[in-house]
Amino acid sequence: MPSFREIQEELPNVLETNMTPRLELRHICKRYPGVIANDDVSLSIMPGEIHAVLGENGAGKSTLMKIIYGAIRADEGEMVFDGNPIASHGPSVSRALGIEMVYQHFALFESVSVVENIALSVSGKFDLTVLANRVRDVSKKYGLPIDPHRFVYNLSVGERQRVEIVRCLMQKPKLLILDEPTSVLTPQAVIKLFETLRQLAAEGCSILYISHKLDEVQVLCDSATVLRNGLITGTAKPKQSTPIELARMMVGADLPETHLDPSTTSDTPFLNVNHLTAPSDNPFGISLNDVLLSVFGGEVVGIAGVSGNGQAELISFLSGEVLFKGADTITLGGKDVGQLDAGYRREQGLAFVPEERLGRGAVPPHHLSDNAMLTGHRLGMVKNWMIQRGKANDFAAQIIRKFNVKTTGYESAANSLSGGNLQKFIVGREIELGPKVLIISQPTWGVDVGAAAFIRQALIDLSRTGAAVLIISEELDELFEVCDRLYVICQGQLSKSLDRKNTNVEEVGLLMTGLNNNSNSDNSKAV
Amino acid sequence: MDLFIAIFTGTIIAATPLIFAALGELVVEKSGVLNLGIEGMMLVGAAVGVWVSYAGLPMPLAIMSAAAAGALASLLFGVLALTFLTNQYAAGLSLTIFGTGVSAVIGKGFGSAPIDALIPLEIPFLTEIPVIGPLFFNYDPLVYFSFIMFGLISWFLYKTKAGLVVRTIGESPESSHAIGYPVIKIRYLAVMFGGAMAGLGGAYLSLAYTPLWVENMTAGKGWISLALVVFAAWRPARILFGAWLFGSMTILQLQGQALGISLPSEVLSSLPYIATIVVLVVISKNWQFLALNFPTSLAKPFRPAE
Repeated sequence: MPSFREIQEELPNVLETNMTPRLELRHICKRYPGVIANDDVSLSIMPGEIHAVLGENGAGKSTLMKIIYGAIRADEGEMVFDGNPIASHGPSVSRALGIEMVYQHFALFESVSVVENIALSVSGKFDLTVLANRVRDVSKKYGLPIDPHRFVYNLSVGERQRVEIVRCLMQKPKLLILDEPTSVLTPQAVIKLFETLRQLAAEGCSILYISHKLDEVQVLCDSATVLRNGLITGTAKPKQSTPIELARMMVGADLPETHLDPSTTSDTPFLNVNHLTAPSDNPFGISLNDVLLSVFGGEVVGIAGVSGNGQAELISFLSGEVLFKGADTITLGGKDVGQLDAGYRREQGLAFVPEERLGRGAVPPHHLSDNAMLTGHRLGMVKNWMIQRGKANDFAAQIIRKFNVKTTGYESAANSLSGGNLQKFIVGREIELGPKVLIISQPTWGVDVGAAAFIRQALIDLSRTGAAVLIISEELDELFEVCDRLYVICQGQLSKSLDRKNTNVEEVGLLMTGLNNNSNSDNSKAV
Repeated sequence: MDLFIAIFTGTIIAATPLIFAALGELVVEKSGVLNLGIEGMMLVGAAVGVWVSYAGLPMPLAIMSAAAAGALASLLFGVLALTFLTNQYAAGLSLTIFGTGVSAVIGKGFGSAPIDALIPLEIPFLTEIPVIGPLFFNYDPLVYFSFIMFGLISWFLYKTKAGLVVRTIGESPESSHAIGYPVIKIRYLAVMFGGAMAGLGGAYLSLAYTPLWVENMTAGKGWISLALVVFAAWRPARILFGAWLFGSMTILQLQGQALGISLPSEVLSSLPYIATIVVLVVISKNWQFLALNFPTSLAKPFRPAE
């Protein structure tokens, strides 16, 4: 493996000697009912170039990449690969050309082994033993350790990504597309991934790197195309640009800031979890192991961790969707609630915002007034078994006003709102209940920057009125922005409490990999 | 000894139509499609088999026609469920109703006229061995063919790439589509294979088991096959054992008097069904095994992204 410096020196030669772009997009348009996902998008990428496509959630990045890969068809525009125009094509044509893609939400199958997954996208004789050896070779060459015979459901998210990347590399790609590859990785794993990508680029492979994270793009990419609302708003050399310039192109305004005032916390915890141990009988689930957690009134507490490390299981125990058969393990305001259901816990002042907005946080086809009533019905909206429609409408209207939800009114269907606006509505609904404890999972996932800042500030403000706020998030930046204290979850184990002021991204990152947990399991497992 | 041989061979024979239909449905469900129309397809196969045989055409042609008729009937379900994305439960149920009706119409032509039955093969030497011969080498060709199909399907699903593709489509059609597999086309093929197998199961009933046509002669065997797939947790070997269990219950019920079992006949005839329920309940406790073999996308409509 050549050293990092050698790669940097080789790179300019590669760019100069081969002047045909690896890929050229000309005037790509893609329209969906009510939204233009890509509007006249053109870009070009040279062999061995690492090119960023920057943009917020919903800017049209993923759509553009799927068009290149052939998973969806553009309405207009043309694509030229190595100088040859490509007519309408599907993923198999792309793969024959040497285009490979690592999806944001992986296209792996849980119930079969790693090598079987890879066999599905490799042509040639179906011989798993031979293929397993090839997988080992490639994974060794690029420093991506994986065991070809393990079942995918056993793998951590980071390992799954390695499988995806190895699957692509098996084909010796000419163009590798990565869609938000770091959203599931720890900071340390990101560094490793970048080494692999630089090695690939040095070998002449072009890389399209989709991201909304400015710092990563600045470290990794040679050039960048910025998208906003489906339009190109600029191109840049990220290494020579400032984050503020890039952010303006991406957001159209300066990045909003949140204010974290000092907090005064309650004497006793509002929410307390005492040695929670819960083995999972589902092979795709995670067992919780001796979880200790307390959240006091007046503070924001975060749980960091790569998803799939027990967050879903812990949340379902806290919200009451799954009951815990054990006394004095989960207490709410000093009261044992482990065996009491979600409705009862809400009566005790618990509010909860799940990760899935549509289907769990809101009923998609129902209008906002109905959705407001789902959890707001305790505020006098039901009288003698009858719905007080007026009160429900007022409540919904109040949320829309206070939380700046962009919609035509409380009669709009939940699924007609954009992700950010629906999230503002759901968070607003829970905050308006005046909870003592608010549990919120991935508060700004898939939400635009403006709405994300608004939601974060609302969570801080809620805690400063005396409520306890617990945030479960994959976004470390977000947790460091809003939390007073942090825990890290890894393989079903929760770390000790960390004071935000006395910790840093590196320490949290190590805890996310389980390296500090003193566990005897394979360390690479959680990376 | 004669009684044991009678029960053993009776079990194998009674299990054969179930093995055909359930193995076919297994492949369909493994691809993520739930076809509740087995009963209908079996009836169509049974009626067409008798029809062709009654017309004086040779037995192999009658059997092949039954399979073809089953596949054709399944196509009806396929168009509804895979092309027009109708609810799969509804499409399957309507296929059962349709198949029951169509088979009755076909059957009008020949009533309950007796036909030449599919007879056991005489295998030189093997059939003549005492005990072993009657136990293992005295069956009609379709019984042996059902075992060949069992071997072929197990090999196909777990050893070939095409089988891997079928299984992964059943887990996630979205991902399969994303890496470039023609999900709908493969599901069509699976559905038609299931239809052909159900047709064979039906033909076995009307050409070998009770060689004549009677309206509704499957008497719920399609539904039992469907339950077998679930009870077997989507594993081929378990389907075989399950079918034998039901077969043995059916035979025990028939031989009940000879064995001196003095239970009311109603209780005896409900035994196979009670056994299904009990076994289903017990088996569904093994979460882990189920989660690994259950086709996650079962009965969910899929439309490729555009």
